[in-house]
Amino acid sequence: MRNPLLRHATVCVALAVVLVLLTYVFDAFTDYKIAGVAIFFIAAAGLTVLTGVNGQLSLGHGALMAIGAYTTSLLLKEQPQLPMILPLLAAIVSTGVAGAVIGVAAARLRGPYLAGATLALAVGLPQVAVHYGSVFGGNQGLPVPVPTPPSALGGDFPNERWLAWIAIAAALITLFLLANLVSGATGARLRAVADDEAAASLAGINVARIQVLAFVVSAACAGLAGSLFAYWVGLTAPSGFGLSVSLQLLSAIVIGGLGSLSGAVLGSFLVVMAPFTISDLAGNLNLSSDVANNLPLALYGVVLIVTMLAFPRGIQGALFSLWRLAKRNLRRPQAPTVSTTA
Amino acid sequence: MRTFLILTVDGVTSGFIYAMVALALVMIWRATRVINYAQGAMAMFTTYVALFAIQHRVTYWLAFVIALGAGFVFGAGVERLLVRPIEGRAPLNMVILTLGLLILLEAVAPMLFGGDVKSFPAPFSRIDITAGATQLYVSPFDIFVIAAALLVMLLLLVFFQRTTIGLRMRAAAFRPEIARLLGIRVGRMLTLGWGLAAVLGALAGVLIAPGIFLYPNNMDEALVFGFTGAILGGLDSPVGAVTGAIVVGLVLSYVGGYLGSDLETVGGLVMLIAVLMVRPQGLFAFHRQRQA
Amino acid sequence: MAAMTRSRTGAVGSLLAGLAVLAACGGSGGGGANQASAPGITPTSVTIGSTQPLTGPAAAGYSEIAPASNAYFKYVNAHGGVFGRSIIFDYVDDGYNPTNTAAQTRKLILQDKVYAMFEALGTPTHLSVVNYINSEKVPDLFVASGCNCWNNVSQYPETFGWQPDYTIEGKILGQYIKQNYSGMKVGYFAQGPNDEFGTDGINGLNDVLQNSSVTVVSPPQYYAPTAAGAMAVKSELAAMQAAGVQVIASFSIPLFTADALASAAALNYHPIFVVSNVGSDPPTLTGILTGGALGVTLPAALIGGVVSDAYLPLLSDSSNPWVSLFKLIKAQYAPSLPWDGNVEYGFATAYTFVQALKAAGQNPSRDDIVHAIETTHFNDGPGLVPFAFTSSNHLGYSGVEIVKIGPDGAAVSAGPVQVTDDTAGGAITSPSSQPAAPPSSGIPPD
Repeated sequence: MRNPLLRHATVCVALAVVLVLLTYVFDAFTDYKIAGVAIFFIAAAGLTVLTGVNGQLSLGHGALMAIGAYTTSLLLKEQPQLPMILPLLAAIVSTGVAGAVIGVAAARLRGPYLAGATLALAVGLPQVAVHYGSVFGGNQGLPVPVPTPPSALGGDFPNERWLAWIAIAAALITLFLLANLVSGATGARLRAVADDEAAASLAGINVARIQVLAFVVSAACAGLAGSLFAYWVGLTAPSGFGLSVSLQLLSAIVIGGLGSLSGAVLGSFLVVMAPFTISDLAGNLNLSSDVANNLPLALYGVVLIVTMLAFPRGIQGALFSLWRLAKRNLRRPQAPTVSTTA
Repeated sequence: MRTFLILTVDGVTSGFIYAMVALALVMIWRATRVINYAQGAMAMFTTYVALFAIQHRVTYWLAFVIALGAGFVFGAGVERLLVRPIEGRAPLNMVILTLGLLILLEAVAPMLFGGDVKSFPAPFSRIDITAGATQLYVSPFDIFVIAAALLVMLLLLVFFQRTTIGLRMRAAAFRPEIARLLGIRVGRMLTLGWGLAAVLGALAGVLIAPGIFLYPNNMDEALVFGFTGAILGGLDSPVGAVTGAIVVGLVLSYVGGYLGSDLETVGGLVMLIAVLMVRPQGLFAFHRQRQA
Repeated sequence: MAAMTRSRTGAVGSLLAGLAVLAACGGSGGGGANQASAPGITPTSVTIGSTQPLTGPAAAGYSEIAPASNAYFKYVNAHGGVFGRSIIFDYVDDGYNPTNTAAQTRKLILQDKVYAMFEALGTPTHLSVVNYINSEKVPDLFVASGCNCWNNVSQYPETFGWQPDYTIEGKILGQYIKQNYSGMKVGYFAQGPNDEFGTDGINGLNDVLQNSSVTVVSPPQYYAPTAAGAMAVKSELAAMQAAGVQVIASFSIPLFTADALASAAALNYHPIFVVSNVGSDPPTLTGILTGGALGVTLPAALIGGVVSDAYLPLLSDSSNPWVSLFKLIKAQYAPSLPWDGNVEYGFATAYTFVQALKAAGQNPSRDDIVHAIETTHFNDGPGLVPFAFTSSNHLGYSGVEIVKIGPDGAAVSAGPVQVTDDTAGGAITSPSSQPAAPPSSGIPPD
C-alpha cells in the first residue's frame, strides 16, 4: 500500500478489531490495565512528537495531563450527566490552548533551560490546584464518576471493558492522526528543526512556529489522556499529578525507543504493566517490610539504568538489532538478496 | 519588619544550601554537558551514611568528613561506571539514566537505613541568638551554614583559578580535544569533576537535614530549587548559579511567608518563567551557545 | 519483662487447646459446615484487601499500620481463626498516590477477589476509589483517615470510618482550651489551607472557641506538607509569636508538629501546644526530635507539656491489659515493629475487624458484615470511647480523651473521656459505656 493514509487507517482498524476481541478474552482487571496502557500511550505519543521528533525536552507533561483532567472534572462537577465525548473534547481544547501559551514561551528556550522550566511547571502547577481549593477541590481533589456502558451492550457488560473500548478508540484515533502528521510534510519540518535549527531556518521553515505547533499537538494529546485518566482513576487530585507522571511518560518514550510511535506503544505497555508484575514478584519473596516495600521501585530504577546502558535506542532499537542479526544469521546462501528500500 | 527579617535570614540560609546544589549541577554540566537529576538523591544517601556513622558513636565532625568523602567516591564512581559508557549518546539517555539513579537511590536508602523520618544533628545550636533583650533572628547554625558555603565556594574558586589541576579540569571541560593534545588526561579530569560536585551536594545534604529532617526523598525539592537557581543564573556560570539560587531561596521564603507556603513552588515557577522570557540563557549568560 | 512474656506465652498455649475445643463445638453445633458464602470466602480462609503507603512521602510511620494488623491476624489464625477460617490480609502499596490506589484497588477486587476492603489508608487516595468500591458492593471497612467524608450512608452504604473524625477532635480539644486557658490568645497551626485534615479540625475548634472566653487569632497559619513547607514553619511560628499567641492548636502531621516545636524553641517562644492525635504520637515525635536537630539536647522537654487527645489506651500505660496484650502479640508475630501509635492503631483496627467478622456469622455474605457493624456496638474492644455505628451513622469512634505528654515524653490521661458528633453546635457529653478489658484469649468472644 503506497498511500500512507490508507496504510495507517488499515493498521488502526486491524488493531481496533484485535484489541476489542482481546477485551472479551481477558478478565475485567486486565481490561482495566489495557485501558491504562492506551491512556498512557496517548500522552506518550504526544510527547514523542514533541521530544522524540521535534527535539524539545519536556519534564512537565504530567502538568499538561493535569490540565486535561481538571477540565474534565470541573465540567463533571457542574454537569455530572454530560456524555463522555464533551469533557474529552473540552480537555483537548483547553490543554491545546495551554500548550500554545507554554509553546510560545518554550520556543525561546533550549536544552536544559527548557527542561528546567517544564520541571518547574510540573512541580508548581499542582500547587495551584491546592491553593485554589474552592474551585479545584484542594488536596482532596475532585471525584469523577465511573463511566458506565450504554444499556444496549447488556446489563452485565463490565465497566472496565467499556472504559477499555473508549481508551482504545481514543488511542487509535491519536495514533492514526499522529502517524499521518509525522510521516507527512509537517513531520519532515519537525525533524528538520530538531536536527539543525539554523539549516531549517535557511530552508524557509519558521522554526518558532513549528516548535509551537509541536507543543500544541503534544499538549492536545496530553489533554485527551488527562481527561481519560480522570475517568480511569476516579479522582483528579494534585497528588496524582506529581513529578512521577512526567518522568514515567519520559521513560516510556525513551525505553520504548525515542522518536517512534511504536516505541511509545512498547514503552507505555512496560511502564503501566511492570509495576504490577514487579510488586507481585516482590510479594512472593519473604522479605522484611522496608526491603519488600521498596523493591519494586529499586527494580524500576535498575531497569531504567540498564536499558540506557545496554539498549541506548530502547527496546525497539534492541528488537531491531536482534531482528537484523537473526536475519543475517538465518539467511540461506542461495537466497536472493532483496533490496528493501530504494 | 520582624517577619521580614526572619524570612530574609531563612531565605538566605536556604538559598546558600540551594546554591551548593546549583553549583554541583553547574560543575557537572560544564564538564560533561549532563544535568545530574540524581544530585539530590546522592546527597540524601551520603547524609544517611553520616547518620549511620553518628549512630555508631562516630563524632559529628568525623561523620561530616565521612559524608563528604563518601560523596566524592560516589560521584566519581557514578561518572566512571554509569556516565562514561554512554557519553556522547543522545542527551535524553543521560536524563533517563540519572532519573533511574534517583529512583534507585530513593528505594535503596529505606532498605538500608529504614524508611522512617530521622532527625539529623546540627553541630551548633539552632536556637536564635539574643543580644540582651533583643532577639536576633539568626542562630549559630545559620551562621555556620552560610560560612561553610562561602568557604567552600572560595576554596573552589582558588582551586580552579590557582592550581594546576584546577586549570587542567577547566581545560578538559571546555576544549577536551586541545586538552588531550596538551597531555591532560581528560577522562580523569571529568571523574574528578563529578567527585567534587558530589562533595558539594553531600555538604548541602548534611546542612539541610537538621531543618527539614532526613527521609528518602528529602532532597527532591532542594534539587528542583537548586536547578531553578542554576538556570536562573545561567548554567555555564558558577557565579550566576550561586546568585540565582540565593534569589530562589529569598523569593520562596517571601512567597511562603507572605502569600502562603502552598504557593512557594508556584512563586518559583512564575519567577523562573519571567526571567527566562527576558533572558533565555539565564541572567549571567555571556554568549549564546547551542545546546542539544 | 521476659518473665511476663514467658507466662503470657504459656497462657496462649493453653488457650490454643481451649479454642480447638471451641472450634470443634462450633463444627458440631447448629451452624453446619463452612461454605464459600461470598467472594473471598472459602471454607478455610477469608481474604481481605487494603491499599497502604508502604513507600513514598507518607510511608514514614504509616507503613507500620498494615503489618501490625497482619500480626494480629496471624495471632488469630494461629489460634483457630474465625469460624475455623484463616484471615489472609492482602495489603498492597499505593505510594500515597491516588492513581496507584485506583489500579491496586481494582486488582484487589477484580483479580484477588477480596471479601472486603479493610483499613485502606489516606483521604485523597481512598476518595479515588470509594465510588468504585461502593458500585461493586464490596464492604469498605474502617478507612484509615479521619475525614468525615466516609460517614455518608446514602452515597457510600458500604463504607465505614473508624477513628474519630477531625471535627470531633477539634470540638473536644476546643472545649479543653476554653475551659483551661480562659482569657488567652489562641492561634491555629494546620495543614492547608485546602486540606480536609486542617480545615475539618479548625471547623471543630471554631465551633467551640468562636465567641468564647478565649480570643482566636486569625488568620490560621497553614503549612504545606512538603520540604519547602518545612522551611516556612519558622516564619509562621514567628508570626504567631508576634501576634501574642499563647496557645497553639495544631492539626499537623508528626513531621510538622516536630518542626513547629523545634521552630518555637529556636525563636525562644514557649506557647502551649494542643495537638491533634494524628500529629502527637510521643514515640514518633521523640524519634524525630532526638538526635540533636536543634543542635542542643532537649527532646523530652520539647514535647513535654503538649496537650493532645487519644481514643486508644495510652502506649506507655503498661498496666493497661490491651497494651500488654498487643505488645505481647507484637513481640511474637512482628518483632521488628516498634511500639508506637501506628502499631497500636493497626492492632486495634484488626481487633475491630475480627469482632465484625464474628458478628457477621459463620457463612457471611458481604451484606452480613455491613449489617453486623450497623447493629453491633463492639464496645468491648480496646477503644476508650464507644463507636457510633448505626444504620445511619458510619462514623467510628465518637470521641476522645484529653491527654498530656509529661516531661518524660510519655502521654498521661489529663481529662475526661468525651463524645460528640461532627455537627455544628452538637453537644459534647460523657460516653454511655466504659472501656472493657480484653478477653483472656486476646480474641473477641463469639
